[in-house]
Amino acid sequence: MENLAVLQERAINIRKNIVRMVTAARSGHPGGSLSAVEIVETIYFTQMNVDENNVDDVLRDKFVLSKGHASPVLYATLAEKGFIKEEDLISFRKLGSPLQGHPSMRLVRGVDMSTGSLGQGISAAVGMALANKAQGAPYRVYALLGDGECEEGQVWEAAMAAAHYQLDNLLAVVDYNGLQIDGNITEVMNPLPFDEKFKAFGWHVIYLADGHDFEAIYQACEEAKTVKGKPTVIIAKTVKGKGISFMENQANWHGVAPSEEECTRALAELKGGNA
Amino acid sequence: MSKIATREAYGKTLARLVEQDDHIFVLDADLSGSTKTAMAKKARPGCHFNMGIAEGNMMSVAAGMAAQGNTVFASSFAMFATGRAFEQIRNSIAYPKLNVKICASHAGVTVGEDGASHQTVEDISLMRSIPNMVVLCPADAYEAEAAIEAVYHYNGPCFVRLGRSAVPTIFEEGKVSFTIGRGKTLHKGSKVALIACGIMVNESLQAYEALKSEGIEVTVIDMASIKPIDRDLIIETANTHDVIITVEEHSVIGGLGSAVSEVLSQYAPCRQVMMGVPDCFGESGTPDALLEKFHLKAADIVSKVKEQLK
Repeated sequence: MENLAVLQERAINIRKNIVRMVTAARSGHPGGSLSAVEIVETIYFTQMNVDENNVDDVLRDKFVLSKGHASPVLYATLAEKGFIKEEDLISFRKLGSPLQGHPSMRLVRGVDMSTGSLGQGISAAVGMALANKAQGAPYRVYALLGDGECEEGQVWEAAMAAAHYQLDNLLAVVDYNGLQIDGNITEVMNPLPFDEKFKAFGWHVIYLADGHDFEAIYQACEEAKTVKGKPTVIIAKTVKGKGISFMENQANWHGVAPSEEECTRALAELKGGNA
Repeated sequence: MSKIATREAYGKTLARLVEQDDHIFVLDADLSGSTKTAMAKKARPGCHFNMGIAEGNMMSVAAGMAAQGNTVFASSFAMFATGRAFEQIRNSIAYPKLNVKICASHAGVTVGEDGASHQTVEDISLMRSIPNMVVLCPADAYEAEAAIEAVYHYNGPCFVRLGRSAVPTIFEEGKVSFTIGRGKTLHKGSKVALIACGIMVNESLQAYEALKSEGIEVTVIDMASIKPIDRDLIIETANTHDVIITVEEHSVIGGLGSAVSEVLSQYAPCRQVMMGVPDCFGESGTPDALLEKFHLKAADIVSKVKEQLK
């Protein structure tokens, strides 16, 4: 694994950029972006073989942000990879910017699938993994699902297909932050239990009690690579709004941008690196 | 004149293509025997994946396969391909302009006995409204072969409307060309022009013959490329005729008639009459009985032409 201190330091910068982006755009989804920082960073910096030399290739490891509304965490991570200029992040959601509210693979280097309509990204990831397997291409496909997203029936159609075609080159992660836009997932429309459902659909399931623990996420990703004949899902318990005290575990920070003053407070909290 | 279903032509052409190109994948949703993708599976088993009865997932899976640099043919009945999976087609396939060909069979009322739940008269309308989408509706089996070949060579999302019933061939096997965005003038007459697509081209040709025997010569145009549509040909036709009659086995809302009307109203105002399924659902019956019910037989076209000439 990459040096833990480096990962942690980078996570702080990703969080700062998420807050800056949604503040500048005056809209966007900070809560579910902040909950997925460690997951997305670990995948991009310890798992995927993607860099400046192969980012434009059609065949390489791929990442699908099935919960497309968490675009800020993807863009901020791609900026850390050098595929997006950090100073361009501020154009997020503005007219003419490639950084659309929900990611477009045609507009941004390193975005591997256009997503935003929930449930579809995981199916596209299944398609990528299925094509790779059929053609003997040795690349892995990663997909990040929201927990509320798992209320979409299409997620389970995709889960069925992935197990049916034994896609052991596919790793899905559920960002289990427990909240969706209308409230607690168990109150809005209970999608639990995730582990038993995925098991019943034929997946290898890994549960992470702390989805912000780099070491644990890394180990789970490594375990997934050893599983043969079935896809793996990591159920990662996370904190919505992680790192910003007044956003943590608040459903109303799902799709609301901070004010300038709130942004300043959030950045100050992150500055110390104690987030 | 033989009778062949356009879906047969699809299966036959696809079987040939998958043997030539190992970057083609074929997806089906438990209807491989009906959509004829089973013929491609037989030709190269490794290219074909049955996605089960889950059309929405199938379309997004097709998008993912295309994102890996492949050409993907995804098939089901037109009702479920374009209706059930509309949003997956829009967001997963068309928005990122991925190379997926939605070749959907059993379109229109000539599905017949299955009834309204399976008779889509909205598919052209739905697909035409999506940016980046090419919409084709070939007239017979031989034109369908050429259309499948054309979409294979085109890089981007396409919808090809295919039928269940065996229908008369009107072109010569292997001798029909297909250019996306171009219509074909099959007969050049005066005063009245029939612009048709799909199986209505054959009905229009029969109407042409009947009218000709009475000394009336109408123009007959096969408008298999509904999007992009042949604007130049429509304008030229409008400028040289008194009335244009559009004929389609589809709702008069949003289909070929609407596409022609969008050109006429903006570029060459001309009287237009729309023949098609009115704003209603179909019902069970034989394909022929249904065409009669909706006044889509050659005799109906003859009457409509005469009405206009009064």
